[in-house]
Amino acid sequence: MIEAALAGKRIAVTGATGFLGTALVERLLRCVPDCEVVVLVRPGRRATAAERTAREILRNDCFDRLRAELGDQFGAVTARRLTAIAGDVGTDGLGLDDDGRALLASCDVVVHSAATVSFDAPLDAAVEVNLLGPSRVAATLLELASLRPAGTPLPHLVAVSTAYVQSGYHGDAAEQAVVDSTYLVLPDWRGEVDAARRARADAETDSRQPARLADLAKAARRELGAAGRALLAERTERLRREWVDDHLVELGRARAQALGWPDAYAYTKSLGEAALAETRGALPTTIVRPSIVESALAEPRPGWIRGFRMAEPVIISYARGLLEQFPGVPEGVVDVIPVDLVVAALIAVAASGAPVVDPDAAPPVYQVASGVRNPFRYGTLVALCEEWFTAHPLYDSRGEPIAVPTWSFPGRGKVQGELRRAARVLGLVERLVATLPVRGEAAERVAGVEERRQLAERALGYVELYGAYTETEARFRIDRTLELFAGLDEGDRDRFGFDPGVIDWEQYLTEIHLPSVVEHARVRTSPGRRTGASREERARRAILASEPRVAVFDLEQTIVNSNVVESYAWLATRHLQPIRRAQLAAGLLFEGPRLLAVDRRDRGDFLRSFYRRYEGAPVERVRDDAEELFSDLLLVRSFPGAIQRIRAHRALGHKTLLITGALDFVVAPLAPLFDEVVCARLGERDGRFTGEMVETPPTGEARALLMERWAARHGQTLASTVAYADSTSDLPMLEAAGFPVAVNPEAKLSAIARRRGWSIELWGRAPGGPRQLLSVATRPLGPRTAPPGRLGRWTADTGRLGSPR
Amino acid sequence: MSPRPGFVLEVDRSTPPTLFWHGEGFRLERLPEGSRVIYPPEPLPALDDPDAAIAHALEHPFGDSAPLSALLFPGMRLTIAFDDVSLPLPPMRAPDVRGRVIEAVLDAAAAAGVDDVVLIAALALHRRMTDDELRHALGQRVFDAFAPNGLLVQHDAEDPDNIARLGETEEGELVALNRRAAESDLLVYVNINLVAMDGGHKSVATGLASYDSIKHHHNVRTMQHSRSFMDRHHSALHTSNWRMGHLVAEHVKIFQIETTLNTDTFPSSFGFLQRREWEWTLRDRVGFEATRSALERTPARLARQIFHSVRAPHALASIQAGEVEAVHEETLANVHRQQLVEVHGQTDVVTMGLPYISPYNVNSIMNPILVACLGLGYLFNLYRGKPVVREGGVAILSHPTPWAFHPVHHPSYIDFFEQVLADTTDPIEVEKRYEEQYARDPWYIHLYRTSNAYHGVHPFYMWYWCAHALDHLGQVIVVGGDRAAVRRLGFKPATTLADALEMAEDVVGRSPTITHLHTPPLFLADVR
Repeated sequence: MIEAALAGKRIAVTGATGFLGTALVERLLRCVPDCEVVVLVRPGRRATAAERTAREILRNDCFDRLRAELGDQFGAVTARRLTAIAGDVGTDGLGLDDDGRALLASCDVVVHSAATVSFDAPLDAAVEVNLLGPSRVAATLLELASLRPAGTPLPHLVAVSTAYVQSGYHGDAAEQAVVDSTYLVLPDWRGEVDAARRARADAETDSRQPARLADLAKAARRELGAAGRALLAERTERLRREWVDDHLVELGRARAQALGWPDAYAYTKSLGEAALAETRGALPTTIVRPSIVESALAEPRPGWIRGFRMAEPVIISYARGLLEQFPGVPEGVVDVIPVDLVVAALIAVAASGAPVVDPDAAPPVYQVASGVRNPFRYGTLVALCEEWFTAHPLYDSRGEPIAVPTWSFPGRGKVQGELRRAARVLGLVERLVATLPVRGEAAERVAGVEERRQLAERALGYVELYGAYTETEARFRIDRTLELFAGLDEGDRDRFGFDPGVIDWEQYLTEIHLPSVVEHARVRTSPGRRTGASREERARRAILASEPRVAVFDLEQTIVNSNVVESYAWLATRHLQPIRRAQLAAGLLFEGPRLLAVDRRDRGDFLRSFYRRYEGAPVERVRDDAEELFSDLLLVRSFPGAIQRIRAHRALGHKTLLITGALDFVVAPLAPLFDEVVCARLGERDGRFTGEMVETPPTGEARALLMERWAARHGQTLASTVAYADSTSDLPMLEAAGFPVAVNPEAKLSAIARRRGWSIELWGRAPGGPRQLLSVATRPLGPRTAPPGRLGRWTADTGRLGSPR
Repeated sequence: MSPRPGFVLEVDRSTPPTLFWHGEGFRLERLPEGSRVIYPPEPLPALDDPDAAIAHALEHPFGDSAPLSALLFPGMRLTIAFDDVSLPLPPMRAPDVRGRVIEAVLDAAAAAGVDDVVLIAALALHRRMTDDELRHALGQRVFDAFAPNGLLVQHDAEDPDNIARLGETEEGELVALNRRAAESDLLVYVNINLVAMDGGHKSVATGLASYDSIKHHHNVRTMQHSRSFMDRHHSALHTSNWRMGHLVAEHVKIFQIETTLNTDTFPSSFGFLQRREWEWTLRDRVGFEATRSALERTPARLARQIFHSVRAPHALASIQAGEVEAVHEETLANVHRQQLVEVHGQTDVVTMGLPYISPYNVNSIMNPILVACLGLGYLFNLYRGKPVVREGGVAILSHPTPWAFHPVHHPSYIDFFEQVLADTTDPIEVEKRYEEQYARDPWYIHLYRTSNAYHGVHPFYMWYWCAHALDHLGQVIVVGGDRAAVRRLGFKPATTLADALEMAEDVVGRSPTITHLHTPPLFLADVR
């Protein structure tokens, strides 16, 4: 009787916030009524261990059934039977406080299920948790033995490993310790730990080399453009950390594969078993090795699953039509085991009592796997998936069903090669088109290339990570596990079944697992257009809400399709003969690329140097001409959508601010649209412009700061601020705003906006409106060219201008 | 040979295809046998000596008015107001008749020693004219003499300092005029009476008024009670203007100068546009084919530019001056002499080919609202007696109706089209729900006053102009138009005229009577 065996026992569980751990805690609380459960939980940055337990374990839908069964008693029962202690298997001594040590010391069984299950974790992280974790737990339990009442036996450590420590086998992989295996190459685990820690230090050093930092800074600039020093520095540092992690992931995979494991996970788990075997001393220890743990067959309910784990992303990517091919051996076996079977096996092992410790022998191993007893062929799995998703397709954003591809099971190398080539080509195309000065819809298409490259890379990642698991030829034997099962009485076999022979794979996959995966993936499962507002419309509604807001607008390419160079060209040509107009325009066209380059590098520098051209221009005439410039250039090139939006904000009582590098007299006619205009101003001397700015408009981070101050002046915070801008040079402003809107974004901003889910507005010029090739003044000169003085006298005798009588 | 009068052709088997205007282009359509085509009268002969005629008119006034020279005296304030860029259509070849008349008025003023003269473009709520357009309308000499000194101004209906409230009519209509005009010793108004709607008291009472004054007659109710607004004696629009005119006359002496032009509308290279198809010469045929094939290869923007550079050979057909009402009666007689065509009986279906130009898109873009207004406002209303088409009948318009707007000239049209018409096309609802908001919008007012934009309320007036037709008609079909734009207007799009006629049968029954308005050149249908 399992219940009887565990009655009054105190069972500790590590990794209780994980998939397996959560299921184990729930099962113990629900099916073994007289035991106590202690969970070792790492405190979060903002949450204590107890808070994490309440939120991440008890509030999981795993406990729905228990909650329903207990009703009002749920809180009281869990408070009485479940205790959380703060601890971390990644540090020596588990980071316990005195209470925690005392409580852990009093436990009768410790199930260690904490692990870094990600196959592509950085090497050192995997080593700390997977390799050192089990022996740390064992060492701590041995150390705490002194706190136990004299005469009580040491607790029983049940360490969860993985069947894939033996994945390199061709054929039978018995339930034997890794140290007993003749086929496994086990290097000294202490040496591996040292090497991994050193690798982290080396990578950190390497990442700080000047050449590397320069590369990273370049990559940051390529991604963000001229986004300002702070943002570029932040991005460079993030890229550096990512580079270190990526490097360690690669090291881990390389090391694992060099020793015959598919990835760092299996490699560190293997050495973790070896370390445990070596250091457990007198501690009674059992190792339980599940294969690929998937959604529950029946307990707590069919299909229960936690997290979006190994097979799930692949299945969903397949259903979305993103995986054209996937490697694998169709007649091979995918060794999947439902989580509730593993949990039952763990409880049965715990209930069977501590094994007799034999210092010369490795700890006993129980494998929980399906491949030998009830094989599930990979070909069958794929065929069932195809059939099921054909009958229950996912739907794309237009509401059309997605057809799933038919796999032909090519070799892994071929699939990888194709995907790698595709990713590389798309990457090249992406970098090439990113240099094109496109915006709006064209930029959206460029961003589309990036998306496809990312999809190709993700597909490649799946193939590299999981390909090995579809090609495994090891047959994980479960003789000892079945023996344990056979030894159970009938009631236990009913309540704690873990014989994989009972699984009907077709039913499990199509009625339990796939529906559960689809439900978790939050994908579209119904046809037709989405009813209700689209994401963009909802965003628009939030922006144009009746609550108080402040809206900050950039000018060029956000409100008008023009720039300071064109305004200058127009004003400068206003009083020129046509031939000189053409010359000046041609000169500016010729200078274009250089001006653009300066502008991209530093907006402030560009404005400062460009505005020198106004030196000596007569102030009054330029201001007069600017009124005409408004109708002739700015309005012609304005985006009616932008003006409508500004007006909509004002109609709602929102405050509007224009921040632009354009000159005051150029933007003056736009002033009625805004509560305030921040722009450039030129110095004047003797009625002429000096060519020097006396007021410099803020750029980059300064815009974000100005926006914040301005919002505060109107009693608002950044959270209620809407920012409209078109290029990455305004990234600081967009990032700071509660409602960032990318208007006609250039390619880089378009990509960033998509990734972050920002609103994108594509505002065009008035449809069918006039187009000019060059922004030069084309209207004939108005009255201001007539000689000054009072000449408006009409005389009958000449019929011409006359002098005053 | 005297010009032939207008003419109603009955289409038979030998009738060649009929020319339809279609925006910046043409279509040749074969109308079903038995259809009628109304052709305008041929252009009246030009006056032999326009300057002499002008001088004669100024000194031989109609009605209770002294000759101009007798009204001028030293030290007086003289204001000369003139019709804006919306007249005539297309803009006439230089010299523009306004410039000629104003030169004569200025000569007389100079001779009388008048010092204080200001010229005002009577914009009402239209867009400000560009210097180019002013120079063209007034002539280089007048422009150069007045513009540099700020003595050539454009009426600003939204300038509170320069609007004088003269009082209210017996119907409670506010009369508020340009202050300079209202406070002058003499206000000379120089008009071009292109169609029968123009002129009379409407010149001053509308052209120099403020929005608060204009709204009393530019609204749905008046439009629905004007049958038609081209017939001054059956037009609520005009009745209101006349009431206002009487009030204005109590405050300021007006010397009204009205001119009519003949219908010589297109230069000789487009001669085929003014000739009846069966009379086309070889030159007309070649001209037509060359124009059509050239237009097929021309981008829309360029075609628009080409057409908008067309200057009409319009010649002065009559000029009369003096007291407003007496002058206007004479003017109307002259307009009728040129434009009236007798038509017997109404029709089930009326077809019209709409050209590239309307009063409100000179040097601009004919947006969908203006398309509707040209067809249902102007051409539909060019009748006396009763509409050419019967009540419940169908109007078929031929125009590409592009979803295109001029961002400078028509900013409120863009929003009207996207916001108001998307909500409702019923003129009454449009007026009730949106007019006030658009009319008072500070941004539109800013653009009207400082840029070259039509007033925020102007698209509403275009829509009200259609109100009588929308009331009267069973359906409106647009052939060859942008489908989305046509639907937004509340009309039905059709690909070909044949399709449109099929669709019309659903409304008016099998084998309907069809009448085509072969215009421009313009005519006024006298439907008996």
